[in-house]
Formats: sequence, structure tokens, C-alpha cells
Amino acid sequence: MSKLLEVKDLKVSFNTYNGEVQAVRGVSFDLNKGETLAIVGESGSGKSVTSTTLMGLLPKPHGFVKSGQILFEGEDLVKKSAKEMQEIRGNDIAMVFQDPMSSLNPTMKVGNQIMEGLIKHQNMNRADAKKKATELLELVGIPQPDVRMNQFPHQFSGGMRQRVVIAIALACNPKLLIADEPTTALDVTIQAQILELMKKVQEETNSALIFITHDLGVVANVADRVAVMYAGKVVEVGTVDDIFYNPKHPYTWGLLGSMPTLDSTDEELYAIPGSPPDLLNPPKGDAFAPRNKFALEIDTVMEPPMFKVSDTHYAATWLLHEDAPKIEPPESVKRRMQGFSKMEGEQ
Amino acid sequence: MAEDKILEVINLQKHFDVGRNKTVKAVDGVSFDILRGETFGLVGESGSGKSTTGRTIIRLYNATGGEVKFNGEDVHGKKSKEELLKFNRKMQMIFQDPSSSLNPRMTVLDIVAEGLDVHKLVKNDKERKERVEELLEVVGLNREHATRFPHEFSGGQRQRIGIARALAVEPEFIIADEPISALDVSIQAQVVNLLKKLQRDRGLTYLFIAHDLSMVKYISDRIGVMYLGNLVELADSEELYNNPIHPYTKSLLSAIPLPDPEYERNRKRITYDPTVHDSSEEPEFREVSPRHWVRCTTKEFEQYKIEAAKK
Repeated sequence: MSKLLEVKDLKVSFNTYNGEVQAVRGVSFDLNKGETLAIVGESGSGKSVTSTTLMGLLPKPHGFVKSGQILFEGEDLVKKSAKEMQEIRGNDIAMVFQDPMSSLNPTMKVGNQIMEGLIKHQNMNRADAKKKATELLELVGIPQPDVRMNQFPHQFSGGMRQRVVIAIALACNPKLLIADEPTTALDVTIQAQILELMKKVQEETNSALIFITHDLGVVANVADRVAVMYAGKVVEVGTVDDIFYNPKHPYTWGLLGSMPTLDSTDEELYAIPGSPPDLLNPPKGDAFAPRNKFALEIDTVMEPPMFKVSDTHYAATWLLHEDAPKIEPPESVKRRMQGFSKMEGEQ
Repeated sequence: MAEDKILEVINLQKHFDVGRNKTVKAVDGVSFDILRGETFGLVGESGSGKSTTGRTIIRLYNATGGEVKFNGEDVHGKKSKEELLKFNRKMQMIFQDPSSSLNPRMTVLDIVAEGLDVHKLVKNDKERKERVEELLEVVGLNREHATRFPHEFSGGQRQRIGIARALAVEPEFIIADEPISALDVSIQAQVVNLLKKLQRDRGLTYLFIAHDLSMVKYISDRIGVMYLGNLVELADSEELYNNPIHPYTKSLLSAIPLPDPEYERNRKRITYDPTVHDSSEEPEFREVSPRHWVRCTTKEFEQYKIEAAKK
């Protein structure tokens, strides 16, 4: 399969009054055409900063790329000028934001907002753009697209607004769609509709999708591959089955264990103690070590490299080193993994 | 043991005037009891009236109709300052939106200590500071955070400040309106474990309002499902999840994404079609099997009873 996007050792920092905040500290991943990669992590793990950097939307001048490459179809986006990025944005890479209310212009008719990109990027005339915009509204499942074209964002419900945002993102047939928590603000029933829609649209347009979320249920639903981020680094990456049925990193165990399943009993949830580190002064060694009850001595001295588990599955934890003691995931996480396979059996 | 009701909600109504002689019936005749020491979960989509119910119970809104009794005393109606103070200390709320519920001009220390000051629970500044720092650690923040302002925190951290504030006056009953929706997954588990621990230690009672159904199921003893201002189903949480009766509850349950790729690949979603209901009469809340209530008409009642008994 051909690589659409390759991110190589990307480092992004922000200058603040207190000093340099290292939000992204060496992230590498790649993405194939038509594939969905979910980036999971807590707030402050650098997942949103990674996506804004991909889009070239870092707030300048205090946010900057320290080093690394973003190869999109072989071209390094980091080196592009603001003007060149404007061409790419919307055309080749598009983004869906979390809050549909603040990503739409409240004083502009919905139809015009969709047509904007078409006219600018595809040099369409107004009549063609209007036709295309109506088609897009229909594609994303908005009833009566002709009428809805002339309405303002406040006349739409939250779910419908998010559909409009998706329509805008899809307008120029982007090769890569970045969705930053697109369903977090929505109800579960609406969320299910939007996820179904995004999958359908992706199938039809064969675009690649980067899906940023903290909801592991959503990840299980949409993703082909998953990258788990912690403190500005990717700590585990693998196919969706690797991550859910054979997780190797203690942080991933924690994430999986902290979600109740519908049949979990009165037992306590497996919570990760403490809170994420301050990236103003990132800790020496493994950033997760202070919260990790399986931490080894070496974790406080040296950062673990990515260990290979299988061809698709990598994890950055010293536990995978050949000299490390064999440690099993905590009971509740193991039970969860077994519980899943039991459910499979029933179906 | 006789059922010790801490809160009784009787036919509660809250209508909002939206101008041009129109009213929105946000809550339209909701009745339920909450027992001392239990967690009552209230779920529903946005606009179902679950938050309005919570806010009306704690007197943030004046009820349009119906009654709310806390420890047997009516909450609404005229109250003296002392009565209100007493009542406010026993009932606290954790809000949905942490950025608008914290005063941006106050330090975290002052925000959390406000309740302590109002109810005169601390003797001097040293004790005040110590108590606040303790609370901050309880909710997963650092002691050093006390001198900072709300804008210096992430959304998740702000919510934890709100929780610390509610815990400060050691209430009996806490209304938690989507308290964990804004938190990270790992932190959600911490907070839920914390809420459960506090409940065990101090016998707290919770009204837990949320749309995250798996978490509601986990934390609640009983759950009420709201749809368009009405309770449509109420049952023990196990019963509700294993044997949902109302079509809306079924559709809601089928929409929850679970952290299991295999399950997700085979998921069948049920969509709710309100027209399946029998429209010959106004539906009422009826008990289809012991402790399991569903809003239905007489005709549906017979059908639901059979369905409930089938299990």
C-alpha cells in the first residue's frame, strides 16, 4: 500500500512566559490511502497539537515546529510557506473540529460557507458551486438540502451542524481528513449517526482519516489502526485488534481498564493514579513512569525505544525488553480482554 | 428496612417562556424518589430535560408545578435566609460546564473556600488553606494549584476544581450534572472511584446526570431515562440494561460504542420511531414488573407486562 502521510520524529513546542512547553516530543506515524488512524490520548498528550501542525495551523509565533518532517505525498509540509499551506488546506487536507457551533460562521448562510472553499480552491463559478454544495448536503444526510442551503447555523441542531462541518471538509475531495473529537459534543444516538456517516463517506471517497478522540468505544468503532499518545509521544501503535485484545503498554492497560463495560460489576475501576506530567519540564526517562506501578528502575533513567511486538504492533515500554521481568496486565484488564472474547463467542 | 427517602420529586414541571406566548415544557411532570445512600442516574439526550430537572431540584430554577421534598421538607416556596443556608449546605451541585461555573477573577483557593467561608467552617487562614489543598489533592490536582486562576487549567482540571468546591461543605446530597463528560478517560475512572469512595465513607447520596451510559450504569443503583421532558423508563440499573422495555431506551442502549472492535463490527443500531406508540390516550407511568416503571398507555401496558415477564 502506498503511504499518503509520513510523520517523522515531529517535535512541536510553545514559547510561554514560563519557558518552552514541549507539547509534541518526537512523534512518528504513517498513514496509507483510505485508512483510518485513531489517535488516542488524554488532554495534554499532544494529539490535538499534532493535528493542528499537520494542518499548518499552529498559532504563530509562539508555537513552532522544532524538528522533524511531515511528508504528505512525499512533500515536507513543515517547509511550506503560509501561502502554500493555504492551498493545501481545504484542498488536500481538511479538518472537522470538535465544536460545530464555533467552527461555523454564525452570520453566514450555511450554503455560502460550503461554497466558499469550492470557489476558492476549485475555481468554480457560483452556480456550479451551489449545485455541488447542495449535493454535499444531501451526501451528509441533511433533508431538504435546497431549503437548508439558505439557513444560518443557529437553525440547525448540534448533529446537523456537525454534518454541515463535514460537508465543508469534504467539499474539495480531500485526500486526508482530520477529525478532532468530532462527536464528543454530541449525544450518543447522534454520535452513532455521525460515525456511520463518516465511514460511509470515507468508503465513497476513499480518503484517509485521522480520528482524534479519547473515547475508546468510538475508536473500536471507526479505526483500522490506533496510536496511543502520552505526554507528547506515541507510546503504542498497532491495529485495532492489537490494541484492544493484546495491549502491551501499561498506559494502554490503564486506558482500557478505566472504562466500565456494560457488564462490569461493583469492582473498582482500574484508574491510573496521578495526573499527566508538566511538559514545561518533561521528566527524565519514561514520562509515564511516575504513574506506572509496573515501572522498572531503568524507566527513571532512560526513555524506552519502540519495541516491536509484531509487524503491525509497536510499544514503547521497557517491559518488552528481553531482560525485563515478565509482567502480566492487571487482573481487571485481563478479565476485560477475556470478556470480549466471550462476547465474540456468543455472536 | 423502611425506605428512607432523602428526596421526593412529585410531578415536577418546569416550563420556560420563550416569548410570543410560547412555552417550552422542558420538564413536564416528572416523579421519582431517591433513597438515602443510593446513586440515582438520570440519562437522556440533550434537550430531554435531565439538566433542568437537576437544576430545578436544587432551586436554581423555580418549579412551574409539582413538589420537591428534601428530607421530608418542601424545597420550593418561601424560605428564610437561615433555612436556605441550612438547605444549601446539605445539597450541592457539580456543574456541566466547568469554564462558566468558575469565577475567572478568583484564585482556586478562594473558589474552593467560598463554601467554607459562607458556612463558617474554618477558623483561620491557615486551616482554610490546608483544607483547600487537601481537597485539591483529593480531586487529583496539586497543592501548588491553589494560587492559580481558572484560565490556567485545562477543561478537565477545571471540572475537578468544581468537584472540590462541592465537596468542601461536606453535603449529604450531591447533584452531579455531567460531572465527568469533560474529563479524560483515566481521570474519569479516578473521579468515579473517588465519588464511590466518598459515598461509602460518608453515606452520600447522588443524583448523577449524564449521557455516558456505560458510566451511568456503573455508578448508579437505579436509572431513569428521560425523553422530551418526561421519564420514559425507570428501573434498577441491571434490569434496565438487561431488559429495556421502552423503544427509546432500546435505541439509546444500542447506540453506545463499546471498547471492543469485534462487537463494534457486528453492531446493530436500533433507531427510535416515536410513531410506534399507541396514541389513543395520554401515556402514564406504570409499573410493568416490580420496581420497573415504563411510561405507556393501557394498551401498551399489557404488551409491556408480557415483554417484561418473558425474561
